Amino acid sequence: MLKIKDLHASVEGKGILKGINLEVGAGEVHAIMGPNGSGKSTLASVIAGNETYEVTAGGIFLDEENIEDLSPEERAHNGVFLSFQYPVEIPGVSVTNFMKTAINESRKAKGLEDMPAKDMLKLIRDKSELLEIDRKFLSRSLNEGFSGGEKKRNEIFQMAMLEPKLAILDETDSGLDIDALRIVANGVNKLKNKDNAIVVITHYQRLLEYIVPDYVHVLYNGKIVKSGTKELALELEEKGYDWIKQEAAV
Amino acid sequence: MDLKDKLVSSFLAFENNVDVHNPVHDVRTEAIKNFETKGFPSKKEEAWKYTSLNSLQKIDFSIFPKKESSLEYKDVKKYFIHQIDTYKIVFVDGVYSSNLSETTHDGVDICLMSAALTKPMYKAVIDVYFNKVASKDESLTTLNTAFSREGAYIYIPKNKVPKKPIEIIHFSTGNDAALMLQPRNLIIAEENSEMQIIERHQSLTSNAVLTNCVTEIFAAKNAIVDYYKVQNDVDSASLIDNTYVDQKDGSHVKVHTFSFGGKLMRNNLNFYQNGERIDSTMKGITIIGDKQHVDHHTLVHHIQPNCESHQDYKGIYADSATGVFNGKIIVDKIAQKTNAFQQNNNILISDKATINTKPQLEIFADDVKCSHGCTIGQLDEEALFYLQSRGIPKKEARALLMYAFANNVLESVRIPELKVRINKLIANKLGVNLGFDL
Repeated sequence: MLKIKDLHASVEGKGILKGINLEVGAGEVHAIMGPNGSGKSTLASVIAGNETYEVTAGGIFLDEENIEDLSPEERAHNGVFLSFQYPVEIPGVSVTNFMKTAINESRKAKGLEDMPAKDMLKLIRDKSELLEIDRKFLSRSLNEGFSGGEKKRNEIFQMAMLEPKLAILDETDSGLDIDALRIVANGVNKLKNKDNAIVVITHYQRLLEYIVPDYVHVLYNGKIVKSGTKELALELEEKGYDWIKQEAAV
Repeated sequence: MDLKDKLVSSFLAFENNVDVHNPVHDVRTEAIKNFETKGFPSKKEEAWKYTSLNSLQKIDFSIFPKKESSLEYKDVKKYFIHQIDTYKIVFVDGVYSSNLSETTHDGVDICLMSAALTKPMYKAVIDVYFNKVASKDESLTTLNTAFSREGAYIYIPKNKVPKKPIEIIHFSTGNDAALMLQPRNLIIAEENSEMQIIERHQSLTSNAVLTNCVTEIFAAKNAIVDYYKVQNDVDSASLIDNTYVDQKDGSHVKVHTFSFGGKLMRNNLNFYQNGERIDSTMKGITIIGDKQHVDHHTLVHHIQPNCESHQDYKGIYADSATGVFNGKIIVDKIAQKTNAFQQNNNILISDKATINTKPQLEIFADDVKCSHGCTIGQLDEEALFYLQSRGIPKKEARALLMYAFANNVLESVRIPELKVRINKLIANKLGVNLGFDL
């Protein structure tokens, strides 16, 4: 589904991704781990089309199609979703209105009519139940004054609403207490199916106890330096990242 | 002949059509003298530093419309808040249009200034209120006073509330190549009365129009006045609005100004708090582009203790548009326990757009809470990416962010249908088809 070939990306002339190769198939869960500053969040942003970063070499393919020239919204219409590490606060736009706009703009791009209000309400109700979100929460301004946990839960709620083909969860576990973590992970697991894929970006192994990956990759200094199965995550948890750094330096 | 000379000499012609023995005419005569001495304000004056009237003065405006014209309701329906029933005071090229209007004398007077200024039954009210809060010194106000003859006259007696909102609309038809209009409104809310007014100036062609409007509002004890100014005129129309508000104990007056279109819009709002526990609110949303110019000049004079004032102006400027916000707050020495808040936030979405914002606080009391803040910024790129990553196209995402930036001003709009209309105007102005339904 997702193929990343020799991807190089930089910001303000500074190279951050230095040749990433990654393949993610439908129905798979991949975890990308790595020490701070290794380029994990950059990778997530670049896949979602953040124009702050410049792709200098290589390419990203979604279902064999190079998505380099697609805008972030076009990527979203093609099924890419990024759960932000730091969701942006947008005062004045309610969660509900935001989701309505997002869904109807995606439908418009596919040549569909707006979703009937009744269906929209039902969808919102079903998905908010999945994430154990209070109805009152939905009329609040997007992320404004939300706790860390509420923000992340809201991200996964958006994922549930948009039903992406490829979901990238960027540090979704950071700032979550154990209960919120369980709710969020449970939501993600319920959304997982044989046709979609999930890339979990995380610093710690903790989230992977709940969202169990098929593959684990270690990103260091802009490259994937090691890949393995979920046992690799446990090894990293136990031994830290230093041995990876040493291996990479050799 | 320049515009000033033309106006001064037109006063003689004007006198042929009004009763010069009416005491009101003494007021006009005084006023034209002041205007003759002062003339149009120039950029040398601090209050007009960023707004030039020079190019307007070069246009050969007709001071009186050459012929009467009439309009069919169906052709101008869209300018009314037609989803609800309203009283309507409508003028076409400065002349009252009876077929478009719906006035009343049923317990309240919602009618014409021309009647109020000439009929004996209104004399007592006119003696007490006419030209009593409007400046006798500011040249454009005195120019209007000199030619004051027509406009809206609204008198709401004690404890009365009109059954529906009142719309004051001035249409210009372009029958004259260039037309100057000087409407004069007098609005009196007696004790415990309440009213809602929507005012609009609308040119229907691309011929030049200059409107120099004066509105006097008197809010007696505990009266409530909500005044909405909808400015979405064509690019050949300019408006100088001079609004003067006199407030007594416990009264609440709110003025919302929505500036979305016109060549030049100058809003002079002046609030005088002549009592205690008064609340004065001024809010505005400005969204302009091209070479449009909007200038908000506000004044709140806290004359008595224990009063509040709130100002919240949001501006979005595109292309080569220019904006001005000048907010003056005066707190007299005896006006202790004053709460005065002022906020002006702006987004410039083009390198060529300009905003000049200036708070002016003159505080002579020592136990007051005054705050002011102004910001000038751009759209947040990270927020834009966030919205786009959810499938919202860039243009719509930008519009949504701009709407979000401005929309808290709409919270205090108490006519839901007006709020819907303003939302539509904003979407239209931002070039998107978004509902913004909250």
